[in-house]
Amino acid sequence: MREFDYVRATDTARASVEGQGAETRFIAGGTNLLDLMKLEVMAPSKLVDISRLPLDRIEEADGGLRIGATVTNSDLAADPRIRASYPVLSRALLAGASGQLRNKATTGGNLLQRTRCPYFYDTDTPCNKRSPGEGCAAMGGETRNHAVLGTSETCIALHPSDMAVAMRALDAKVEVQGAGGETNSFAMEEFYLLPSDTPHIETILESGDLITGVHLPAPRGDRQVYRKVRDRASYAFALVSTAAVVKMEDGRIADAAVAFGGLGTMPWRDPEVDAALTGEAPSRALFDKAADLLLREAEVTDGTAFKLPLARRVLRAVLEEATA
Amino acid sequence: MQIDLTINQKSYSLELDSRVTLLDAIREHVGLTGSKKGCDHGQCGACTVLVNGRRINACLSLAAMHDGDEITTVEGLSDGELSPLQAAFIKEDGFQCGYCTPGQLCSATGMLQEISEGWPSHVSDSLDGPYELSEAELSERMSGNLCRCSCYPGINAAIRSVGEKA
Repeated sequence: MREFDYVRATDTARASVEGQGAETRFIAGGTNLLDLMKLEVMAPSKLVDISRLPLDRIEEADGGLRIGATVTNSDLAADPRIRASYPVLSRALLAGASGQLRNKATTGGNLLQRTRCPYFYDTDTPCNKRSPGEGCAAMGGETRNHAVLGTSETCIALHPSDMAVAMRALDAKVEVQGAGGETNSFAMEEFYLLPSDTPHIETILESGDLITGVHLPAPRGDRQVYRKVRDRASYAFALVSTAAVVKMEDGRIADAAVAFGGLGTMPWRDPEVDAALTGEAPSRALFDKAADLLLREAEVTDGTAFKLPLARRVLRAVLEEATA
Repeated sequence: MQIDLTINQKSYSLELDSRVTLLDAIREHVGLTGSKKGCDHGQCGACTVLVNGRRINACLSLAAMHDGDEITTVEGLSDGELSPLQAAFIKEDGFQCGYCTPGQLCSATGMLQEISEGWPSHVSDSLDGPYELSEAELSERMSGNLCRCSCYPGINAAIRSVGEKA
């Protein structure tokens, strides 16, 4: 691990000032950041510890809930209000990592966790995300755990989060305090950036920007399902996962929000998929049409080709369960 | 930098580099070598300790982040006599080489507390507790602790024998 200065933030407003600088990073749980620092994939010169700021609360706000940035994944999954009204989020969190990691990992940190592309981790191989312009060892390499949606010619790294997939289906907004002290909120599709030709820039966050919380609006549907398929039964990243938030009326799908993990370079959701489902009666043909839409622009490699039929089957199973 | 740690109810004032992990502080600077370094990347669970009653991977945390926290290592689980879990591991033969055992014990201690607080798991049928410590619940909840000797039958029997009494 490279040397760094450690500062404990004691004031939320000041944290953004202390957090300025291209080589400065905030740390809360640290479960991913410290792992990357040990491997020298990341080498910040300064860490600002925000773990003791008063950002660890879940409060009712604007008809929904506001989750503080340092609420741990365990506390969030177990919160009675989340379990009752946003079960897809509890399920997604419980499907990720291990008990020890969930006790440490935070809401803001989960959103910012880096890809688990093995070439990103291996500093002996080229990686455009780690070292812009260096090339991509994943192209032509081992790609079982790579993305098929939102990829670019420079990067096919997968976004690994389960939590963010559920949040995307729940229309969550990320609250960000800027270096000037102002707070803005961003929908997930605004917050995350596609790799394009700058895969090292993953979000809209700039120097000093601090995630202070995530706002969940009132849930649009009471039928919520999260299903994750992985190579082993526990403690593994998704090959494909699907979060569905559905509202049924008179046997028809009155509203549908479906998001995907294991497929995209960011937590994935496609408005055309949601629109195709809305207003329709559930059927195998409808679910297949939704899958066709979802995968219409998928780019596969030899390693990721299996994800298309798998995503199709997972989507069908999730929608069958959510609309039954 | 100066860091004050409270480990097993004893205070330690340490002068440490900012890079020192909680695990290295416990093992190399305080000298409590029960907590083990296995993978050093949060995958094996051998380093599991309790911080303010919650189980975490000590290898993936900085000592500096735990100034003032209450830390419990395997050495602090017993007070002269073995804890019920420790005794159960002996009775049920919950180990072979023993390297993962301190992490298994701390993790199981934290896990039993989580279940008593009604926390759900990935395999729970409902998100409304309470939950019983079935084989499936136990395997899921302990999936962050690996045993390379694969003594899981004994480990699971030991934890269940304590969990069922709790």
